[in-house]
Amino acid sequence: MNIINFHSVYTLLMLIVFVGICFWAWSSKRKKFFSDAANLPFADDDIAAHSAQKLQEEENKHE
Amino acid sequence: MDTQTTYNYKVVRQFAVMTVVWGIVGMLVGVIIAAQLVWPQLNFDLPWLTYSRLRPLHTNAVIFAFGGSALFTTSYYVVQRTCQVRLISDKLAAFTFWGWTLIILLAAITLPLGITTSKEYAELEWPIDILIAVVWVTYAIVFFGTVLKRKTPHIYVANWFFGAFIITVAILHIVNSAALPISMTKSYSVYAGTIDAMVQWWYGHNAVGFFLTAGFLGIMYYFVPKQAGRPVFSYRLSVVHFWSLISIYMWAGPHHLHYTALPDWTQSLGMAFSILLLAPSWGGMINGIMTLSGAWHKLRTDPILKFLIVSLSFYGMSTFEGPMMSIKTVNALSHYTDWTIGHVHSGALGWVAMVSIGAIYALIPHLFGRKQMYSIKLIDTHFWISTIGVVLYIVSMWIAGVMQGLMWRAVNADGTLTYSFVESLERMYPYYIVRLLGGAMFFVGMLIMAYNMWKTIAGSEPADDAIPQTA
Repeated sequence: MNIINFHSVYTLLMLIVFVGICFWAWSSKRKKFFSDAANLPFADDDIAAHSAQKLQEEENKHE
Repeated sequence: MDTQTTYNYKVVRQFAVMTVVWGIVGMLVGVIIAAQLVWPQLNFDLPWLTYSRLRPLHTNAVIFAFGGSALFTTSYYVVQRTCQVRLISDKLAAFTFWGWTLIILLAAITLPLGITTSKEYAELEWPIDILIAVVWVTYAIVFFGTVLKRKTPHIYVANWFFGAFIITVAILHIVNSAALPISMTKSYSVYAGTIDAMVQWWYGHNAVGFFLTAGFLGIMYYFVPKQAGRPVFSYRLSVVHFWSLISIYMWAGPHHLHYTALPDWTQSLGMAFSILLLAPSWGGMINGIMTLSGAWHKLRTDPILKFLIVSLSFYGMSTFEGPMMSIKTVNALSHYTDWTIGHVHSGALGWVAMVSIGAIYALIPHLFGRKQMYSIKLIDTHFWISTIGVVLYIVSMWIAGVMQGLMWRAVNADGTLTYSFVESLERMYPYYIVRLLGGAMFFVGMLIMAYNMWKTIAGSEPADDAIPQTA
């Protein structure tokens, strides 16, 4: 196989891989899988228990 | 403090504060050299203050000290929060902080002394390069070790981008820095001639692609959804975005060497891949901006979101401009002119700095147990002063660059050059002054941020969020 054939096949292979990734990403089977992943930034609490308590105390002081 | 049930925010806090500090230092040096271009006597005839020595100090400080700290801050925070585990080792994480700080200090000493490899963005000499490699590998161990230990079933897309950034920068740094030392302060690249140039710009453009893009896209994929309060527009698009971006970026480097001794086919290849890059870049930008669909009203009241969304607009603009400038015929006009400087700063100030600033503003209150920053109004002031600053910077450099390109290529009927170089330089004064003004405004914005951060942190106690125990 000479270099030109190699590069042609390689380019074609990359195209197939790319199309494959697109089909994989948009397949309806993975809808829930990806929407679970997308919600990861919201899966835990932002404020630590002790600092939340402190914030509450501060607010009470102001009232 | 209990280390089993909380996240490690100590290292995140350290890097977050240093992001602002290094931002101020790096941008101050930028303002100084911009002033030197208008008034050359500002180097006071001291070798340590010459433009040629301060310019690499500026680029290293803003890219690796400011940008690097922003990336350490956000990647350490995001990997813990989305994997719901503490960093695998507090000691190794602390080592990356102190190691990185030492590297920055060494750079700040050696570059003004004129100790340099003279490779752009890789100027630091070999002993520092070795230290960088050690710190970087430690960073990779901490990051990927934490990903491996995760309690969540998914690896969130931001971590994919951070991971690609960490791996690629390790490879780029080690390959491009391969050198033969002849003394503690001098080494020569192991590559010769054109190959050296190609390796350098393979490194140089991927430093842009992976350090300044992939890593900051990681920031975008966490902080834009978080701040907007809704998941990313299309997670599936983010998967395709990731794989296409990292595959295509690798090949774009040769566009830095158009019309040089580099073989023609390599130049054309670099150009073709650079043009292709428009697709994944804009896919990512649209994905980020559309995350706000249905929540656009938040832009009116939340200046942090303004920083994040405007940074994406600048990202879109500079990733349109970049592919265009990589076209050989356009490059014939733009290369070696200030247009390139304008392009770089629309990416570096508009995209990289603004997305970092937004993320740091979002983080600081969490890290120090505050509800929000000391002053939201000051964030808004910061936003406007830096946006106007960037626009002044970019527009002045566009005009200056196109004018330089046209004057340098103008020829008389007999084939002689119409203008001497000094004539084009003379025309630059007004634009260099406007650029200085724009850069100074951006710098002042960072001072406002530092004040706001100081007032937020003062009197606070470090707050470490608890790791959810249910997962």
